Amino acid sequence: MSYEGWILLTASLVGLSCGIIGVFLILRKMVMMADAISHTVLLGIVTAYLITQELNGMPMLIGAIIAGLLTAVLVQWLHSLGVQQDASIGVVFTTLFAIGVILIATKTGNVHLDVQHALMGEITFVPWHTMDVPLIGEIPQATFILLIVLAIVLVMILAFYKEWKITTFDAALAASLGLPVMLMHYVFMTLVSITTVASFDAVGAIMVVAMLITPAAAAYLWTDRLSVMICLSALFGVISAISGYYIAVWIDTSISGSMAFATGIIFVISFIGSPNHGYFARYIRPVTIQD
Amino acid sequence: MSVLQVENLSASYRKNKVLYDVNFDVQPGSLTGIVGPNGAGKSTLLKVMLNLHPALSGNVSFFGSTLAKTKSKVGYVPQRGSVDWDFPTNALDVVLMGLYGKVGWFKWPSKDDKELAMESLAQMGMTDYADRQISQLSGGQQQRVFLARALVQNADLYFMDEPLVGVDAATETAIMTTLKRLKSAGKTVMVVHHDLLTVEDYFDHVMLLNKTIIKYGKTEEVFTKKNVQRTYGGTLRWMKEA
Amino acid sequence: MLDVFLSPNAQWVLLSTLILGTASGMIGCLAYWKRQSLMSDALSHAALPGVVIAFSIIGYKNLPFMILGAAVSSFLGACFIHWIRSSSRVKEDAAMGIILSVFFGLGVMLMTVVSRTGGGNQAGLDSFIFGQAASMVRTDVYTMLVVALVIITVIIVAFKEWKLFLFDADFAKGLGLSNRLMNGVYLSMLVLVIVIGIQAVGVILMAALLIIPAVSAHYWTHSFKQMLFLSAIFGGGSGMLGTLISTMGKGWPTGPFIVISSASIFIVSLVFGAKRGLLINAFQLRMHRKHHAVRNHSIPRHPVKEVK
Repeated sequence: MSYEGWILLTASLVGLSCGIIGVFLILRKMVMMADAISHTVLLGIVTAYLITQELNGMPMLIGAIIAGLLTAVLVQWLHSLGVQQDASIGVVFTTLFAIGVILIATKTGNVHLDVQHALMGEITFVPWHTMDVPLIGEIPQATFILLIVLAIVLVMILAFYKEWKITTFDAALAASLGLPVMLMHYVFMTLVSITTVASFDAVGAIMVVAMLITPAAAAYLWTDRLSVMICLSALFGVISAISGYYIAVWIDTSISGSMAFATGIIFVISFIGSPNHGYFARYIRPVTIQD
Repeated sequence: MSVLQVENLSASYRKNKVLYDVNFDVQPGSLTGIVGPNGAGKSTLLKVMLNLHPALSGNVSFFGSTLAKTKSKVGYVPQRGSVDWDFPTNALDVVLMGLYGKVGWFKWPSKDDKELAMESLAQMGMTDYADRQISQLSGGQQQRVFLARALVQNADLYFMDEPLVGVDAATETAIMTTLKRLKSAGKTVMVVHHDLLTVEDYFDHVMLLNKTIIKYGKTEEVFTKKNVQRTYGGTLRWMKEA
Repeated sequence: MLDVFLSPNAQWVLLSTLILGTASGMIGCLAYWKRQSLMSDALSHAALPGVVIAFSIIGYKNLPFMILGAAVSSFLGACFIHWIRSSSRVKEDAAMGIILSVFFGLGVMLMTVVSRTGGGNQAGLDSFIFGQAASMVRTDVYTMLVVALVIITVIIVAFKEWKLFLFDADFAKGLGLSNRLMNGVYLSMLVLVIVIGIQAVGVILMAALLIIPAVSAHYWTHSFKQMLFLSAIFGGGSGMLGTLISTMGKGWPTGPFIVISSASIFIVSLVFGAKRGLLINAFQLRMHRKHHAVRNHSIPRHPVKEVK
């Protein structure tokens, strides 16, 4: 595949996995938790690097999962001690992120692992780090990891679709039916962590938040069905990934920044234009509640 | 055999004790109204019994066994305000959620399940709204959907948290008819209730609660001026005199 | 180590992070009680495009002008968040996530363009992401001092109005305190402290300066006045401590060390806090249980018990 082809494929995979996960982030009102995890994953990656002394896919994934879960557990714990939810998120993620940055600045001094890269992502380097995979052949490492993560996300969401739906909509009922609500919370946090870390190479820590939240929020404005919302969100994710790439090529700028900007454009269009939940919808058709 | 036996239950929110020394037995086929002032721990009592909120001490047994073993026999209707009605789903789907425990992991609700759900929607007079996005239902309609979801569970013991708050008169009648029908079918229902004026009409048992049980028993025996005043701290004017 | 204290420039930098920490600790206290801790995170990210645009218009680093750019851009972000939340089904947390990431993305886009075409001086812009207090010059410090002092004064002068506004805005309105005005002043101060802070700690970690001192202070006291005071001390202290540590290594960023200092104060407060700390809580819970056990023992159990 061509250089550009790999970049577009990688970006689309980010759009797909983030779009799907994002829907549940929005409905579970855990957007800022995703923001937090996207930052703390850095600590996991740095720690994995310091232990193994190489930038390898598997240890990085494990490090990210541990960091993500640690964030979720710490936030939950502080909250249970009476700290407001968003204040506990703020305390935990800034502290863990700061530790990550300090470790990079003082311990590594490595060209491959600089903070800028982790925050902004550098998708243009993705096609050069290839690996050999049986049956598929030579494939960029980041793309391969994204493929695996997308497969995991799809399987987890489809296999437990109704469980995700009920724990998201009404956790109290779910618990009274005997569903493991807390376990599912942490499984979901794990999914967020692996999606974030897999997207790291391509879009970086902060723009992954854009890919997670904005397409899902846009989709939320178009539909009243969860399944449709998931498909739309994934589609919006892919569209913004691809159009972001071309915007970046056009004005010669950061690809990840442009992708984040493209998600913003899609949201603005939805916000203004959606027939049911958009900004002008209520002027066109007043909300009717029949009794 | 009692349907529900609670011994020595106590619970707290942070440092404030909200329930202490709660003891009672519930007999099958009773329709109980749980009444008490704001902050009396009515909702907390339901949550603690259902293990949704930790207990400090005490013991709860369902049908002479534990909750874990009898989960399919216990139904719960949370407060309407506890969920986000902007969730992208329709009324039928919400009712189907009541069956998720029975459907089991990895399986999807079957056609029969959907028919069951439609049936309980029909019982609540909501057939026409099955496809409606839930945020476009009125408060009363949303509550009926919640009731339909409880019906489809086909439990033997139901806990309902303020099902009559903020609903229209027609819904209130529909819900009470349903509750009485459940009772005559031998089911046990416990309802957190806020309106003292209707207690005598609606419930055959009443539980007067203010952090602990003041009185629990048959409505005609327990629901007296003296007991109610003690529950509400003596500041309440008795409605029959007014 | 001693050089740090001797060099006059370092003393200025130290003074500026001290006063910045104090001001953000106080504003953070207001944000905590408005339950908007993460708003500060969203707004500091949203400042980035403004900083870059201001830089590209002028062509060199000019702090007052960049502060203006940052303020406009964060303020726009705040308006968008409010607008999205109030006129669509999208909730506040999602609105903050959108603004935070999209604005930051736009900032990175612009920054890449500027650093490519703008002829160097990218180091000045980079420091806005992670903060480099050491790179500040004397006039930067003056600007920060003035802004921070104004903020501290506004909070102290209108102390009882803030208290009323945070505790019960409706009641405050009844007394003739304009909520619109208070909200406007609050938001302007929040934006101002963020934009003077990002130079020293960067857009990503600015939120920590606002959130952590207030949360720590809450463990020590139940009084709003004391909480504000403590939060100011914790903020100022961690600002100074972090700056000192960061000067010990070459190229060490200031922001993360300030955050770590702040987090250390938080952990101490969490464990030893006099009012809500873990130790005091564990002690009280034990007393609670003990008391409870005694009660149960002395009163025989029967199905329905009456209270005295």
